[in-house]
Amino acid sequence: MSGTLDPTAPQRSYLWQDGTLRSWLLTRDHKRIALLYLGSITAFFALGSVGAALVRLQLLEPGGTILSDATYNRMFTMHGVVMVWLFLVPSIPVTLGNFLVPLMLGARDLAFPRLNLLSWYLFVASGLLVVYGLFRGGLETGWTFYTPLSSEYTEGRVLPVVLGVFLNGFSSIATGVNFIVSIHQLRAPGMGWYRLPLMLWALYATSVIFVLATPVLGITLLLLAFEHLFRVGVFDPSLGGDPLLFQQLFWFYSHPAVYIMILPGMGVVSEIVSTFCHKPVFGYRFVAWSSVSIAAIGFVVWGHHMFVAGTSLYSAIVFSMFSFFVSVPSAIKVFNWLGTMHGGSIRLDAPMLYAMGFIGLFTVGGLTGLFLASLAADVHLTQTYFVVAHFHYIMVGGMVSAYFGGLHYWWPKITGRMYPETWGRLAAGLIFFGFNLTFLPQFILGFEGMPRRYATYPAQFQVLNVLSSAGAGILAVAYALPLVYFTWSLFRGARAPDNPWRATGLEWRTASPPPVENFAETPVVTTYAYDYAELDGRAGPPGTAVGGPHV
Amino acid sequence: MTWLPEASAHAMRIDLLLAGLVVISLAVLGLVFGLMLLNILRFRAGRTTAIARAIAAHKSWRFEIVWTAVTLAIFFALFLWATQLYVVGFRPPAGAIQVYVTGKQWMWKVQYPGGQREINALHVPAGRPVQLLLTSEDVIHDFSIPVLRIKHDVLPGRYQSLWFTADRTGSFRFYCTQFCGLAHSRMTGTLTILSAADYAGWLNSTPASGSLAATGEALFIRSGCSGCHASSRYAPDAADTSRAPSMVGLYGSRVVLADGRAVVADAAFLHDSIVDAPRRPGASFATEMPSFRGVLSEDELAALVAYLQTLSPTLPPSAGN
Repeated sequence: MSGTLDPTAPQRSYLWQDGTLRSWLLTRDHKRIALLYLGSITAFFALGSVGAALVRLQLLEPGGTILSDATYNRMFTMHGVVMVWLFLVPSIPVTLGNFLVPLMLGARDLAFPRLNLLSWYLFVASGLLVVYGLFRGGLETGWTFYTPLSSEYTEGRVLPVVLGVFLNGFSSIATGVNFIVSIHQLRAPGMGWYRLPLMLWALYATSVIFVLATPVLGITLLLLAFEHLFRVGVFDPSLGGDPLLFQQLFWFYSHPAVYIMILPGMGVVSEIVSTFCHKPVFGYRFVAWSSVSIAAIGFVVWGHHMFVAGTSLYSAIVFSMFSFFVSVPSAIKVFNWLGTMHGGSIRLDAPMLYAMGFIGLFTVGGLTGLFLASLAADVHLTQTYFVVAHFHYIMVGGMVSAYFGGLHYWWPKITGRMYPETWGRLAAGLIFFGFNLTFLPQFILGFEGMPRRYATYPAQFQVLNVLSSAGAGILAVAYALPLVYFTWSLFRGARAPDNPWRATGLEWRTASPPPVENFAETPVVTTYAYDYAELDGRAGPPGTAVGGPHV
Repeated sequence: MTWLPEASAHAMRIDLLLAGLVVISLAVLGLVFGLMLLNILRFRAGRTTAIARAIAAHKSWRFEIVWTAVTLAIFFALFLWATQLYVVGFRPPAGAIQVYVTGKQWMWKVQYPGGQREINALHVPAGRPVQLLLTSEDVIHDFSIPVLRIKHDVLPGRYQSLWFTADRTGSFRFYCTQFCGLAHSRMTGTLTILSAADYAGWLNSTPASGSLAATGEALFIRSGCSGCHASSRYAPDAADTSRAPSMVGLYGSRVVLADGRAVVADAAFLHDSIVDAPRRPGASFATEMPSFRGVLSEDELAALVAYLQTLSPTLPPSAGN
C-alpha cells in the first residue's frame, strides 16, 4: 500500500491541506463540511441518548426510580426533539451525502459551496437554540408540540425550541436545494440518470421532500409562535382556533419527514449490498423509481396519525388506503435487495452486516406499520408502546443501522484509514441484539395497552419494561464501541487503498482520502452503475487499486 | 403477567384481525430472513461463477411485477378487513345508554343520565350498548379502554363519541393516552362492567341530585335558552320558530348548514352548537345566538344535551335506568 507520500498523488488530501481552525471553520470544501456536520450530529446523538437512557432507567420500576413526573416529561421531550431534528433528519444527507454527492457525480464540489457552509452554521445555531430552550426552563410537550398543550398549558420554553426547529428547517432546505441542483448540473460526462448510483436517486428524492415539506413545518411553527406571543387564535380553541388544524399541518411535514429519515438509509443499503455481493443491484430502475414514488405518495398519508383524533370517517379511509400504497415501494426495495444477494459473491464485512440488519429490522418496522395503517387495529394500538416500538424499528433499527453501515463502508475513503474489522462486526452484532431486546417487548406492551409517555405505569407491565431497559443498556455499549474504534483507527488504523471493497462508484476512483479537488482529472463514465465486469477488467494486477487488507 | 382479556365481541374481532396481521408478518419475516440466510450459505464469496451471476441479472421485470401485484392484493384485503371494523365505531345504536365523560388535567369526570357522578371510574352494564360522549375542559386527552380495544381523542370544546357493548363482567383499567402534561400517567381509572341486575342496584345505591335531564331543564330556563327556543312545555306552539329554531324534535333530525352540508343533529351537534352557534341557511332571526363557551361548564352542557334529547319523543329514550 502507498505510504503517506504517494508520488502519484498530485496533492495532499483535503484533511491535512491546511490544519488551522480558521481553515476548517471557513471551509467551502464539501468534504470538510461533512466532517463538521459529523462532529455536531454525533454530539447531538450523544445528548439524545442521555435522554433515552434516563427514560429507560426511570421505567425500571412501575412507580419510577429516579425522576419526578416533570423531569421525565422533559427527558422524553428532549430525546424526541434532539433525535428527530438534530440527528435523524440531517444524519445521512449532511454527513455521507455532503461527502459523497460530488464524489459520486465526479464533480469538484457541490453546486453552492457557500450555501453548504451556511447550512452548517444554521444547523449549529438551531441546535444551540433548541438546547438552550430545553435546559433553561425545559419543555414538556413531547416533540409533537400538540396544541393547546403547547400554547396555553405549558410552563416550558416553547419559543426558543420552536424557533430552533424553524431555523433548522432552513438548514435542511439549503442542503436539499444544493443536492437537487448538483445532481442536475454536475454529473460527469457520460453519467445519465440511469447511470447514477442508487444512493443519489435516494438523496435526490430526499431533497425534494426537504424542499417541499419543510416550509410547511416552518409556517406551522411560526403560527404557533404567533399565537403564543400575540394571542391570535389559530390552534387554540379558547381563542377560536382549531387544535386539529395544528395536527394536520404538523403531520403534513412530519410524515414526509419519516421518509427524509429512511430514504437515504435505503440508498446506503443499495450501495453496500451491491458492493458486498459484487453484483449489480437487482431491478435497478425499480429501486430507483421506488425512491421517487415513496417521496411522492409520502405526501398524502399524513392523516394516518389522526385515526382517533376526531377527523371524518372518509378522510380516515382514504388515508388508510394510501398508507398501504406507500408501503408497496418499500416492499419492492426489500425484495430487490434479496434478489441482489441471489447469485452474488457475498462477503460479510461489517458494512454488509449493518445492511442486513437494516433489511431485517426495517422489514419488522414496515410490517408493524401495516398494523397501524389498518384502521380498526390502529384504534387499539395507536398512542401505546406498539407505536413507539414501530417507529424505533424504522428509525433506529433501520436508519441508524444504515448510517453506521455507511460510516464503516466509506470510512476508508473519508479518513484514509481502515477501521478494525473484527470490532466492526462485533459492534454490528451487538447493536442488532441490543436493539431487538429493547424494542421487541414494547410491541407486546403496546398490545397490552401500556400508553406511551407515561412516567409511571401499572405493575403488570414491569417484566417487559425491565427487559426493554436491559436491552437499552446493551445498545448503549454497542453504540459507544464504534466511537472508540473509529477514533483509534484515525491515528492507528491501517492505511486504506483507493478501493478497498472493489466497489464501482466514482468515489472509489480517487485517492483515500481524496485530494481537495476530488479528482486529478474529470472522470468520464462509460457504463452503467455497478458494472463489475468493467471494474474487474480495469482493475489490473492485484494490489494496485483493488483488494483490501482483509478478505 | 396475564394476557389482555377481551371484554366485548368487537374486541374479539379486533384480536382476530391482529392475529391475521401477525401471521402475515411472520410469513414475510420468515421469507426475508430465510432468503437472506439461504443466499449467504449458497453465495459466499469464491463459491460462485460469473455465469450464475449473468443468469440472475436477467428476467428481472417479471419478478418485479409478480411481487408488486401480490403485495398489493394482500394489502387491499387487509385494508377492507380493517376498515369494516372501523366504520362501526361511527354508528352508535339508537338505544345506547349515554354517559358523559369530561377530561381535565388530570382526571376523568363521569355523569350518568340519572344524575349519578363519578371521578376516574366508569360503571356500565354488560349486554347493553353504551355510548360515551367525551369532551375536555383544557387540553387534548384520549380515552382508551384496552379490554374493549377502543380509544378516542378527547378535544376541548366539542363532543366525540365512543360506543361499545361489553359482554364480560369485571374491573379493568382505562387510560388517558394523549400526552396532556405533568400528571398524564396518573390520569387513569377503572371500568367496572356489571351484570344488568348489579348495574340497576348500583344506580339506585349511588346518590344523585335529580336526573341529568331535569338539571338540564332547569338550566334551559335559567340560562335564557327558553327565551328564544321553543320547547314543548314553555311555548304554546312547539313549532314556534319566530325567534329561533324550535327544540322540539330537533334531536335526531336532519339539519342543513350554511355550507350545504346536511348533518344529523346528534348529541355532538347539540353540544357544539351551544358552544358555537351554527349557521343555518334561510334562518334569519332578529337576534343572533351568542356563544356559551366559557359561560356554561361541561357538566352543565351535558345536562342540557340530555334534556334536549327528551324533546324528541319519537326516538327511543336513551335514559339509562
